[in-house]
Parts: sequence; structure tokens; C-alpha cells
Amino acid sequence: MDKTIASLAEAVAIVENGMTVMIGGFGGAGAPIELIHELIDRFRATGAPHDLIVVNNNAGNGRIGIAAMIDSGMVAKMVCSFPRSSDPRAFTERYLAGNIGLELVPQGTLAERIRAAGAGIPAFYTPTSYGTDLAAGKPVAEFEGRHYVQERWLKADVALIKAELADRQGNLTFSKAARNFSPLMAMAAGRTVVQARKIVEPGMIDPEMVVTPGIFVDAVVEVAAPAQEEELIRQGVAR
Amino acid sequence: MIAKLTSTQIAWRAAQDIEDGAYVNLGIGFPEMVARFQPAGRQAIFHTENGILNFGEAPKKGEEDWDLINAGKKAVTLNPGAAFFHHADSFAMVRGGHLDVAILGAYEVAETGDLANWSTGPKGVPAVGGAMDLVHGAKRVAVITDHVTKEGCPKLVKNCSLPLTGVRCVTRIYTSLAVIDIVALRFVLREKLPSMSFDELQSLTGAELLVDGEIGLLTVPEL
Repeated sequence: MDKTIASLAEAVAIVENGMTVMIGGFGGAGAPIELIHELIDRFRATGAPHDLIVVNNNAGNGRIGIAAMIDSGMVAKMVCSFPRSSDPRAFTERYLAGNIGLELVPQGTLAERIRAAGAGIPAFYTPTSYGTDLAAGKPVAEFEGRHYVQERWLKADVALIKAELADRQGNLTFSKAARNFSPLMAMAAGRTVVQARKIVEPGMIDPEMVVTPGIFVDAVVEVAAPAQEEELIRQGVAR
Repeated sequence: MIAKLTSTQIAWRAAQDIEDGAYVNLGIGFPEMVARFQPAGRQAIFHTENGILNFGEAPKKGEEDWDLINAGKKAVTLNPGAAFFHHADSFAMVRGGHLDVAILGAYEVAETGDLANWSTGPKGVPAVGGAMDLVHGAKRVAVITDHVTKEGCPKLVKNCSLPLTGVRCVTRIYTSLAVIDIVALRFVLREKLPSMSFDELQSLTGAELLVDGEIGLLTVPEL
């Protein structure tokens, strides 16, 4: 078994019009910038994929990464907890003009909805958002004297995530807090595509250290010197 | 003009109630300041939603590692004994009741313990982050805030007028004028500035202040 693929272009070729795409990262930590930019390049060259629903904690920063996806016009809707950043122009302008949708989800609920999808749990109850506007229309139940809101799983067609090490069978490790949503998204997507800083032979990652087992991963491409969102923003880079 | 505590002094006062070894989440922005004022001999373990326990101070400029950030997207460092984990585990720590204290900012707090701190209304882009999760699960949910708004209106009210973050969730409020507990859906005054009379404080508070025993003096260093 060898899940490695040679190029970023091949990695993002599976994304089709209208798909739900989970993108790992919290702010810049864990953002798979190279996969995102390859997807934007493909859209600019061919007009596809468009009308994407993108799931991420945020809604982009500056003029790169998810912000550049939004700028390009390929995103129909964001599912996120915090569509603000130090430079949120891309999302804010489109949102206020009515040109992009938003499903606002509390951060822990977003994580659990993704985890539930990966674990085959269609719905669950959480105390989060009970009695607030974000619980509007959702079933409520009482357990042991407290109220809980029913939330449903959140699935995706594709997940694009960034790992530190990957082996050829798709076992992954992450760098520090760049882990965040990525292990959950890898479980919840029909196909999970990973950019890893280094691809190694099976056995080279200590099984005790594997964070995401390869069963949740479909394709791995090596990006040896990945860009970091904060650095690109400081340099004023626009995609 | 009434004498009042600065934001730094409010943060200092809140820090005095954090016990050694407590697991603590500080909301982004103003509450982050609380970490600077841990009393000597005590060491809390700070949690950040994006998957770190036991992070430390900001690194020196130029030494940032952008894979090592807090929920406010600011670069942090690690203390000995730090741990990384994914987002579902992170919020299991929150909702599962494993944190000892969460300290958050507020637009309004109602006497029932309802909190409004995520939205000022339907204008602009809504953003909630982890606020609605954090108000559930921590053993103590404390708020640090100015006692009144910039316009001088009470922030401690009978009922919140802004969109709620959570219902009946706040247990203690540290303000620029007082320390107030929420007990059985009522405000109970614990400490007030020595320079202020009870009636003055009540006039700046949007619901009745109850007194249960002696009112302590809210005294803090100059800082």
C-alpha cells in the first residue's frame, strides 16, 4: 500500500463543484497553504471547482489561504466559529454584500460535530448554546436536570490537512498546536488529502507517536518547506 | 468622577482567587491579563481551546513559532509538563467539567447568571468562537468587566438585552468597583471599593445587590 502522490495538482483534482471541503488549521497553525493555493490555481485556470462549502474554524486572514479562496469567488458558504481575524476583508466584504453564506457554529460544537461524523454518530446533545440564538430551531432535551441542545454530525466530501510526518500508509503526526481540527476532519471526510512536511517509510514513525492512523487518510503529498500564514501576511503576500 | 480599578487591577484581583494547580481558561483579550498576576507560590495550568495545556508567556519578538499559538492567535511558549491535543479533546476538557475556572469578558451579566459577551446585535459579521462552550463545564465561571459601559450604563443587569452566550452560567463577577457573587439567581455583594458607599454602588448596578454578612474591602496594589 502506498498512498503517496507526486503532485499538489493530483492531490486537489478530486475536489468537485459544490463539494463540502474541510480545511485543517486554526489561524495559521496547521493551515495547508500549498493545497489551498493549488486549488485556487486550478479554479483560476479551469473555472472549477466552484460553489464550495468550506469548513474551518475561521474564514481566512489577509489575502492568502482561505481568504484568497474567498476572494477568488470559489466559495459559496463558510461553516466556522469565528469569521474574524487581524485582516478579515475577504470574508467581511462578501458577507456584508450578501455574496457568501455563513453557518456560525460554536467552536466546541464544530469540533464535536466533525468528530461525530467521523465516528458514525448522527446527532448528540451538548449544553453549549442552550438558551441562545444559535440554538434556534434545534431540539432540546433535559438530562439530570440540565438542558441540552441536539446537534447533528458534520460530514465533508474532502478534507485538506497539513501534517508534520506521514508514512506511505498515511499514518500522521502533527506539529504542536497545528494539530487542532485536523485529526477530526481526517475522520469526517469521504476523502482526506494530506500535505506533510516529510514522507517516511512505514515503520519510521513510532506507533506510540501516531496521532492520526492511516485508515483515515487517502492521499499524501510531500511539501518539504510549507509556508506559514502569519509569515505570508507579514510579508504582505497576496495570492 | 468616581475612583475605579483599572483593567490591570481587575485582572490582579481575579488572579488572587485562582488556586495552586488549578486548570484555567482565560478568554481572549482582557482576561488573558489575569495570568500575569498569579500570587507567589501558586502555579495555575492554563488551557487554550486550540489544543495546549500549560502554555507560558509570549516568546521574545523574532522567536515566535506560529505552530505554537493561543486561541487569540498570539504566539506563546510552553511550560514544563505541557501537552498538545486535538480540538475534540480540548472541548471535552471544557464541557466535561474538567476545568476549575474560566474567566471571561462581558457586555452584560444578569443577576440570574446569564451572560452576554459574543454579539452586540445583528449588524456586522457574527463570531462566537469558544465562548458558548466555555460558559458550560468549568467549575467556576467568572467574569471580569468594567462595572458600567462607556456611556455609564450598568453592565450588571436584571435581564440581558444583548444576545446571550449562556444561561445561568456566571458564578462570580470582578468589576472596576466590586466583587459580586451570583447566588440563587441574585447578586450578592462580597467586596466594594472603600471610597464608595453602598448606595452609590447600587445606583450603578441594574439589579438589587444583596448583602450576606460583612462587605469586604476591595483593595488592590497600584500596579
